[in-house]
Amino acid sequence: MADLKARGEQPEYLFWVGCAGAFDDRYKKVVRAFVKILSHLKVSYAVLGKEETCTGDPARRAGNEMLFHMQAFRNIETFRRYNIQKILTICPHCYNTFKHEYPDLGGHYEVVHYAVLLEQMIREGKLNPDNKVFQGKRVAYHDPCYLGRANNIYEEPRSIIKAVGAELREMKRNNSFALCCGAGGAQMFKEAEKGDKEVFIERTEEAMETSAQVIATTCPFCMKMMTDGIKYKNKEEELKNYDIAELIALAL
Amino acid sequence: MTRQIIFAITLLITLGVFSFTTYRLFRFFQLTRSGFPVRNIGKRLQIMLSVSFGQTKIFRRPVIGFFHALVFWGFCVILVGSIEMVIDGVGGVEKSLHFPGTFYDVIMASGDIFAFLVGISIVLFLVRRVFLHIKRFEGVEMKKISHQDANVALTLILFLMISLQGMNMAYVELQTRTGGDILGVYPVSQVLSGMFVGLPAESLELFYHFFWWSHILLIFLFANILPYSKHFHVFMSVPNTFLTRLEPLGKLTNMEHVMHEVQLMLNPEAAPAAATSVAAVSRFGVKDIEDITWKNYFDSLTCTECGRCTSVCPANITGKRLSPRKIMMDIRARMKEKGSLLIKQGKSFDDKRSLIRDLISEEELWACTTCNACAMECPVNINQPTLIVDMRRYLVMEEASAPGMLKTMFNNIENNGAPWQFSSEDRLGWAKDLNIKIK
Repeated sequence: MADLKARGEQPEYLFWVGCAGAFDDRYKKVVRAFVKILSHLKVSYAVLGKEETCTGDPARRAGNEMLFHMQAFRNIETFRRYNIQKILTICPHCYNTFKHEYPDLGGHYEVVHYAVLLEQMIREGKLNPDNKVFQGKRVAYHDPCYLGRANNIYEEPRSIIKAVGAELREMKRNNSFALCCGAGGAQMFKEAEKGDKEVFIERTEEAMETSAQVIATTCPFCMKMMTDGIKYKNKEEELKNYDIAELIALAL
Repeated sequence: MTRQIIFAITLLITLGVFSFTTYRLFRFFQLTRSGFPVRNIGKRLQIMLSVSFGQTKIFRRPVIGFFHALVFWGFCVILVGSIEMVIDGVGGVEKSLHFPGTFYDVIMASGDIFAFLVGISIVLFLVRRVFLHIKRFEGVEMKKISHQDANVALTLILFLMISLQGMNMAYVELQTRTGGDILGVYPVSQVLSGMFVGLPAESLELFYHFFWWSHILLIFLFANILPYSKHFHVFMSVPNTFLTRLEPLGKLTNMEHVMHEVQLMLNPEAAPAAATSVAAVSRFGVKDIEDITWKNYFDSLTCTECGRCTSVCPANITGKRLSPRKIMMDIRARMKEKGSLLIKQGKSFDDKRSLIRDLISEEELWACTTCNACAMECPVNINQPTLIVDMRRYLVMEEASAPGMLKTMFNNIENNGAPWQFSSEDRLGWAKDLNIKIK
């Protein structure tokens, strides 16, 4: 972003990579798949790189309102400096925070979740994934809480799964009834409280009941949880975990 | 005349007790904090129409939801008949709302049919509660009293319906026998009145009056028992849907004074206006009953302990101690416990107990994933997650108390701008060796 500004250029989108995209080895691959699609689409975008910092979401949900505001203040300043109007996110938590929580703080942006953008591109015929690659593959879609219940985005990821030719399987609890992966509300960064079972195992079992070969997700935390679940169940051979961006990238 | 006087006295007693109850609740509400302003009336009416009168959320469980919808719609129609009975009772008249035309017939006919359907549904609910094991009705918070509470209310409703049906049956049979006009249409009672065929006219008359008085006295009793039980739900649900929190489920309430404080700290020149608007805040977040908003308390009074929230809670499903229903019940219980003492002894009253820890443990609060499944499921639009986060806010900002790993996460965000311990210098790691031009 800084380089573009130096050259006096303004990209259409700020692509917000998020912490998982920056630091989680598994999720870095998703980011790479996604930027591959962005290049394919010739979307004009830039990233903040070192200037990106946490949105404050996990701090806020863990009760640290002070830290949330400090992070938000820094981000809003950065966005103002680069005159950012449109933010493209992959993480539903970042999406939710920018879209619903920054406006109270004076940060008003058009926030786009990648599932919505990609679905739109497919619908408009700008993105044409090969529907043979996943032909006959059974894919179960896991709804992230912050995409589904929090933001009413249920259909777009599903139509992407269909667009790559896969057979969509629904878990017992799906759409607005979907079971959380267990990582929301800052749970990602702590041990689970005492109980009989980990939430991600319960959810993985539900995915296994559909006899799916792939669990598709649209959230870095959900991906981490599902990957752990598959490992825990020793099903790494039969059951894979992909982000919808990877599904498309594989079918390009 | 005697009948009118007796009726008027019972009515006055009923209204008197009810006013006392309302006043007591009003005083409790005065102890709470301000929440959001009630604006956007059009949207609120729309939500009330769909969620309350359309029963949209209860239908998320279609089978049992259908029977609840029958009971709700039945109550709405039967209410018209009850109002008529009150007017009749005071005025010493019969069928006072009767006007020639079909409208009265339709209302009375629906009331008669619904009395039967509601009765059937209530029997079903009772059988289900008493004989079947429904997991949703169990849990640490479901004490013996909670079950008794439910059974008493259901039994009362059952008797309300039986008396209404009996009254209609006796009325229809009596009018047919004496050749009088039947005002209104009573399809179910018409059929059932066959049971009364062999009875002498005097007994029928007696039956009619017995059922009439039982029905109205039960209504009076019901109205005054409800506010002291979980079935206060009957009064509170419709207004609670009107007062729904209109923000998206994913949005937490902004703490404006914290925002101003941070703005002031990070950029003193740009926010001079903020300094004056920072109101004195007694406490960050929610520790006890005086920290909740009026809406939190309204939610708790509306909760009828159906347990749909808890049955979809990922933490609860996997055996953790959190139960969103319990949070609502705890709010109600704590207000009952501390509210009256606060009123009597003044705001500084302290009973050395608090909502957090004495009623709700930290373990419960830290088990929440803020997934909003509970809020999505609640048939009367209660919002549990924002309250849970408000209690976390108290723990973190007032006591600096949080699970160790979350404290580490806070430190990481503060120092590295990420919840993990990685340097922001490495944020572009994903782009390494990528065959595209990074601008």
